[in-house]
Amino acid sequence: MIKVDEKGFYGKFGGAYIPEMLHPNVEELRENYEAIMASKEFQDEFRGLLKDYVGRPTPLYFASRLSEKYGAKVYLKREDLCHTGAHKVNNTIGQIILAKKLGKKRIIAETGAGQHGVATATVCALMGMECTVYMGEIDIARQHPNVERMKILGATVVPATSGSKTLKDATNEAMRAWINNPVDTHYIIGSVVGPHPYPEMVARFQSVISEEIKWQLKEKEGRENPDIVIACVGGGSNAAGAFYHYYNTPEVRLVAAEAGGLGVNSGKTAATTAKGTPGILHGSKTILMQTEDGQVVEPHSISAGLDYPGIGPVHAHLFDVGRGEFVAVEDKDAMAAGVELSKLEGIIPAIESAHALYALNLIEYSKDDIIVVNLSGRGDKDLETYIKWGKY
Amino acid sequence: MNRIHTLFNTKKERVLSIYFTAGFPELESTMEIMEAIQAGGADIIEIGVPYSDPVADGPTIQDSNMIALENGISLKKIFEQLKGFRAKIRIPVVMMGYLNPIMQYGMEEFCKKCKEVGVDGLILPDLPMQQFIDDYKALFEEYGLVNTFLISPQTSEKRIREIDQNTNGFIYMVSSHSITGAKAGISEEQIAYFERVKAMNLKNPRLIGFGISDAETFSKASEYSNGAIIGSAFIKTVKGSKNLNEDIQKYLKSVVE
Repeated sequence: MIKVDEKGFYGKFGGAYIPEMLHPNVEELRENYEAIMASKEFQDEFRGLLKDYVGRPTPLYFASRLSEKYGAKVYLKREDLCHTGAHKVNNTIGQIILAKKLGKKRIIAETGAGQHGVATATVCALMGMECTVYMGEIDIARQHPNVERMKILGATVVPATSGSKTLKDATNEAMRAWINNPVDTHYIIGSVVGPHPYPEMVARFQSVISEEIKWQLKEKEGRENPDIVIACVGGGSNAAGAFYHYYNTPEVRLVAAEAGGLGVNSGKTAATTAKGTPGILHGSKTILMQTEDGQVVEPHSISAGLDYPGIGPVHAHLFDVGRGEFVAVEDKDAMAAGVELSKLEGIIPAIESAHALYALNLIEYSKDDIIVVNLSGRGDKDLETYIKWGKY
Repeated sequence: MNRIHTLFNTKKERVLSIYFTAGFPELESTMEIMEAIQAGGADIIEIGVPYSDPVADGPTIQDSNMIALENGISLKKIFEQLKGFRAKIRIPVVMMGYLNPIMQYGMEEFCKKCKEVGVDGLILPDLPMQQFIDDYKALFEEYGLVNTFLISPQTSEKRIREIDQNTNGFIYMVSSHSITGAKAGISEEQIAYFERVKAMNLKNPRLIGFGISDAETFSKASEYSNGAIIGSAFIKTVKGSKNLNEDIQKYLKSVVE
């Protein structure tokens, strides 16, 4: 049974390894999130915004030309059609309503490529809340349009100049900012990472993805369960959402595509389960890439959204107990898969999502199989990377 | 008897604890710094174990951690440097570090080594109290290591009581809503918090840390506790020092006098 326990563990992974200064904040959240999320008032507002503001349900699209090419029935769950261009907004909508109910006045967030930062700045504008986003100095330079999008939306973008100046350091900075502002501030973590209850809370907000897949597939195929669900995993929020209602349905195979970077053994990779070992990162026990001495190693992926040295504890557990099939997709193969989908279906995917698409080449299936690929985001933000790549 | 208990049995006020980052400014600075801290009149030495992602620390200690790691420091190396240190250092020594590097080293092996070289206690800021009770308390006791937990202005009275019950070294009172090195000076609000905790009559001694940097803040903090901890301001003193021994002693004298 894949389920978080009372202490916040999925099997061996999870928990809340945080300095005492964060304990009151995290405890406040842990004590309240379930009751708030279960209330009718919350659900009405959350569901209402997902429908009218985000544009849900997102289509479950039968990709006929892709299906023909791969010899299976391939469906795409179109999270790329969400407002702001990716699944990230499902979570930020949920958390901002929660923050309001907790009486918080300010929002902080971390961002890597800027997608979660944009989704956070968006909902802060929607709710009229002050928003500060921490972003690695290096990411600010390479994701400039998203920085400006956040600013247009009224957010303050603070460069994280510590450590390697990327996503993991932006996360550290956001945690430090939370320590410095514990009373009036809510920290919207963007993935299924961090101390309990974040991984479970974020997964539940994202679980709308698999909730919709179930009834949409029932309408189209007469069955709720596909044979395979494929999603990319950085921290793993879109995968957690796409897998959530299938965790305990063993006949549905769950495939997680990690970023292989320049190759799993190249030293330039973000394939966490392939290269990582158990340890603690950003408040939870999980699998992470680290040195023998326990120092966190800087990952590499062409996709900024997958460029993270750990994975959410629930994914570490899926890996550990063999419930998930983990594959590593290299930069070049993800790019090729992104171009392929563009030509075959007229959809330019985010490079993160292109990793999930390429996994079709790495796993076994038969021609009658129904496969759902979670298309977590659109490729607009990656245009520059596609152009630089050039092979199209 | 553990040196920390001996210390607090004989000295109840103006206890000064100094934090330094192992492997900073030079890989081999560790022993020289420890000797100078003792000679300068401090009562406790906190050896910081560097980590790539120190979430509770401000820029000064982050930088010292990064430089120490670039210098090639590791727990293995720290224990090599500490071999035989008790021939020179008589005051209590505490190891302070984030959990991950220690977990990779192995918690039991780590405790065993601490005892072997002569370390008296541990401060592991991201080890939650319940996890400590469930998994490590017996281990700490087996190797004669006292433990210290942090509390902050946000910590509830109930939890402070629980922490007091499960601590046998001292309570580390984080002075404000902040990471290390965040601000100088002590506000009215902070004093209200110090007084509130003082009035709780905890069984453990209390040291105040974060934002303590000079004679004034040290004295002020000591009025409401058994003493204080200096970290970032000390790191600033050793950073760029041409003569560690002299600069450290001079700085410490300026604080305690």
